Amino acid sequence: MRVSFFLREATRALKRNAAPSFAAMATVVVTVLVLGVFIPIVEATTGAADTVRGKVIADVYLKTNATQRDRERVQRLIEGTAKVGSVEFISKERAYAEEKKRDPEVYDVLGSNPLPDTFRVTPERPDDIGDVRNALAPLAPGGERTVADGAIDEVRNREEDTNKILAATSVVKLTIAGLAVLLVIASILLIANTIRLSLYARRRDVEVMKLVGATDWFIRWPFVIEGIIVGALGGIVAVLVLIVMKIAIVDPLAADFALIAAPETMNFGLLIGLLLAASVAVSALGSGLSLRRFLRV
Amino acid sequence: MAATERHLRRRRDRSHGSGGPLPRAAKPAPPATPGAIVDLSAVSKLYDGGHLGLDQASLAVTPGEFLFLVGSTGSGKSTIMKLLTKELEPSGGTIRVAGKDIADIRRARVPYYRRNIGVVHQDFKLLPNRTVHDNVAYALQVTGGTRRDIRAKVPDVLRLTGLATKLHNYPDQLSGGEQQRVSVARAFVSHPPLLLADEPTGNLDPETSIGIMQLLYRINRTGTTVMVATHDHVMVDKMRRRVLELAGGRVVRDQPAGRYRDDESTREFAARMRSDAPSFDPRQW
Repeated sequence: MRVSFFLREATRALKRNAAPSFAAMATVVVTVLVLGVFIPIVEATTGAADTVRGKVIADVYLKTNATQRDRERVQRLIEGTAKVGSVEFISKERAYAEEKKRDPEVYDVLGSNPLPDTFRVTPERPDDIGDVRNALAPLAPGGERTVADGAIDEVRNREEDTNKILAATSVVKLTIAGLAVLLVIASILLIANTIRLSLYARRRDVEVMKLVGATDWFIRWPFVIEGIIVGALGGIVAVLVLIVMKIAIVDPLAADFALIAAPETMNFGLLIGLLLAASVAVSALGSGLSLRRFLRV
Repeated sequence: MAATERHLRRRRDRSHGSGGPLPRAAKPAPPATPGAIVDLSAVSKLYDGGHLGLDQASLAVTPGEFLFLVGSTGSGKSTIMKLLTKELEPSGGTIRVAGKDIADIRRARVPYYRRNIGVVHQDFKLLPNRTVHDNVAYALQVTGGTRRDIRAKVPDVLRLTGLATKLHNYPDQLSGGEQQRVSVARAFVSHPPLLLADEPTGNLDPETSIGIMQLLYRINRTGTTVMVATHDHVMVDKMRRRVLELAGGRVVRDQPAGRYRDDESTREFAARMRSDAPSFDPRQW
């Protein structure tokens, strides 16, 4: 009796207040659309920033007279160091070939190979690069750097490049995160306000209900159910538009442009599910909470 | 009338039950007037703006009484009504309803308390998007009344109030008098022991007002205590019931009921209301 009564009350209210309900639904549609477009953009941007950050590496140069055993020992040392992601060995021959290709004349003049064996170390997270360097080449009291193993000549992390990359990508990430937070706040305020308006139109009803002895929750349930229906309908419409947009615009483009397809954006199904859940939750909570003001009689 | 008798029978059945219709206090404070259903002692209400709505007002109403509250606008009639339904909280003094100090009622329990009081307003306060039937049924639905309950009681009370043919009309399709009848029906459908009417005839013409008064009288005859706030002197004088006059938030006159026949039928009552005697004040018409 109760549940069906609340459901009937909610649908009756929706029908009788078609205009405000439609306004609330339209708000949900627009908000979900904007979020649905913006979230993948945020992800793509952060993904791109992370790709750039993946280029943060430290070079461990061995002494030119290092033996095969020295090399293996240093490799184990590096691999055993905390926060090290991957290690790539570049032999002096390979380094020479690479450098020669880049600058043939200089290496022609040199004749012999002056380059040492090198380990190219990528940290687990780009921000850990300093720690990895400190572990392999601890700072001595005098401000000099010592090395963790006698066979290591020097550890360098291409300081200038690294700092630039880290700074630039954090700015991009922070900006995007800030924008995302603002957008979410704006959406919630927008939806809450629309719901408030439609409730304001019915504050007399609430007053009468209180007068005949309806409890707060008895009055609130139909409004919450109404919120759920409005949120779900708005969410579904927006998601349908998003799906059409994805199929009609994004997918064909993704075939041609690597940037759209490449960085790991969220699974489309998951994104849609989240948006739907969020629109329902925000609308239901919004109606339930906005009602508080009118319940104080 | 058959409907009236059914209400009387229900009232009797209920008073034999274990719990009374009104919530009982765990430790009932000794009422100033024993047996009073409504008892205000030295009640004051100071509004936020500094206006004194009630000033040390005291009054007691015995069960089954028909009481008029009269006085000019701002004399405190509506304040008493709102204090009794806990829409307002008093600034001083105690209000007891059925022996229980209503200041002790927690906010969450107020809805349950209100179900024991029927309220009729000058502006009807009907839900505009519901039919007559649904407006009345809503009062039962909020109390968790079952469908069977609604089917049994709503047509009954609509017959009592003379609305049986307007069941499916919406409030804006009714005249003022009919709307007020719906409001009365809604207030009385759960047979509350106390019925408050705040200017029930304020918006109505004299003939319609008599109909509403007749209805309230009929309800009073089922044993329900009825309190009516009004400034319709003619009506009050003809009814010959107890009159409390308020002025500036104080009770300035408590005139006991005049001589009237206890067994006066509602038809006789209406006829008497329409007659010129005993006092006809042309200024009121």
